[in-house]
Amino acid sequence: MTDSTLIAADEPLVLGDFSFKSRLFLGTGKYTTYPLMRDALDISGTECVTVAVRRIPENEPAGERFLDFLDTERYTILPNTAGCFDAESAIRTSRLAREMLNTNLIKLEVLGDKKTLLPEPVDTLRATEVLVAEGFTVLVYTSDDVMQAKRLQEAGATAVMPAGAPIGSGQGILNPLNLRLIIEQATVPIIVDAGVGQSSDVAIAMELGSHGVLMNTAVAAADDPIRMARAVKNACSAGRDSFLAGRMDKRMYASASSPQSNLITS
Amino acid sequence: MPKPDSTEFDTFMLNGLLERHLRGQTISELLVKKEATGLGVAVERNQQVVKSAEHAQTLIEVGDKIEIVRLVGGG
Repeated sequence: MTDSTLIAADEPLVLGDFSFKSRLFLGTGKYTTYPLMRDALDISGTECVTVAVRRIPENEPAGERFLDFLDTERYTILPNTAGCFDAESAIRTSRLAREMLNTNLIKLEVLGDKKTLLPEPVDTLRATEVLVAEGFTVLVYTSDDVMQAKRLQEAGATAVMPAGAPIGSGQGILNPLNLRLIIEQATVPIIVDAGVGQSSDVAIAMELGSHGVLMNTAVAAADDPIRMARAVKNACSAGRDSFLAGRMDKRMYASASSPQSNLITS
Repeated sequence: MPKPDSTEFDTFMLNGLLERHLRGQTISELLVKKEATGLGVAVERNQQVVKSAEHAQTLIEVGDKIEIVRLVGGG
C-alpha cells in the first residue's frame, strides 16, 4: 500500500495565475557562494524563489554572476521591494521588476524602521492599492497584526504574508495566537514570511494553518545550508500534513493509551 | 572629426551619480557603455519605466535622472 492510496493528495497553492505544489518559498540572499544557493534551492523542492532589484554596480569585477546560478525556467521568480521605506519607491521598484521579468508577481515590502525592518502599515496599504489597480499579483509582507492583514486582503492582495518575527532574526513564530487569528479570518492565502530560524518553526507555521512559508536567512546562514534546505522542505510538508490531519484536543489530565483492565495483580 | 567640446555633452544623473554623455545618445547606447545589456536589466527615466522596446528611441536629455537596475539575491 502506498501513501497515495490512503491519503488524499493536497491541493496546490494558487497565487494568481501561478500554482505551486511546494508550499515552501526560498530567498536567494546571503549565501556564501552562488553554487551553494543553487544547491540549497534544488534540494528544498521550492518552486518559487525571491530576488531583489538593485542598481547596477559602477564597476563590477569579472566573475560569477547571480543569474547564471538561478534556473529561471525551473523556478517562478518572485521579485521583492526589499529595502523600500516608502510606497513610492516600492511602486517604482515593482514596475521595474515587471519590466525586467515580464511578471506581475511582486513581493511587496514597505519598511518603517531600519533597526527592526518592521513594515510601515500605511504605506504598505497604499502601495498595495496602487499595485493591485495596476494589475500586479501582490504578495504583501506585513507584521502579524490581525486588522492590518484584513485591510490588505480587502485591498486586493493575492496573499498576505505576516512575519513570524523580524526579518532575519531567526526567532521563530513569536505570536502563534495572532497568526491563528489572521488565518482564521483569511480569504486569501497566508504565507508566513520572515523570522523562522529552523525547521521546527516552519512546521509550527504550517500546523497553525499557514498556506506556505517564505524564508531565506535560516537556510543561507545555517552551518550547512543544503542540509537545512532539506530539513525545512520536510518540515513544511510534515507541518502541512499535520494541519490537514487535524490535531487531537489538548487535555488537562492524562489519558492512558493502554487498557486499564485485566492487569496482573499481586 | 574635431574633438567635441563640452557643449556637446549632456550631464544627467545615473543611479544617483553625475554622468556625462554625448548629446543625442540613447538609452540603448548608455546600456552598451555600461555593459548592462541583455536580460535582467531594467531602466527608469525620471521615475518612469522605459520599456526595452523603447530603449533605442529614447534620448537622454540634460538633467535626466536615469536608473539602471538588475536582479540580485534577496529574500
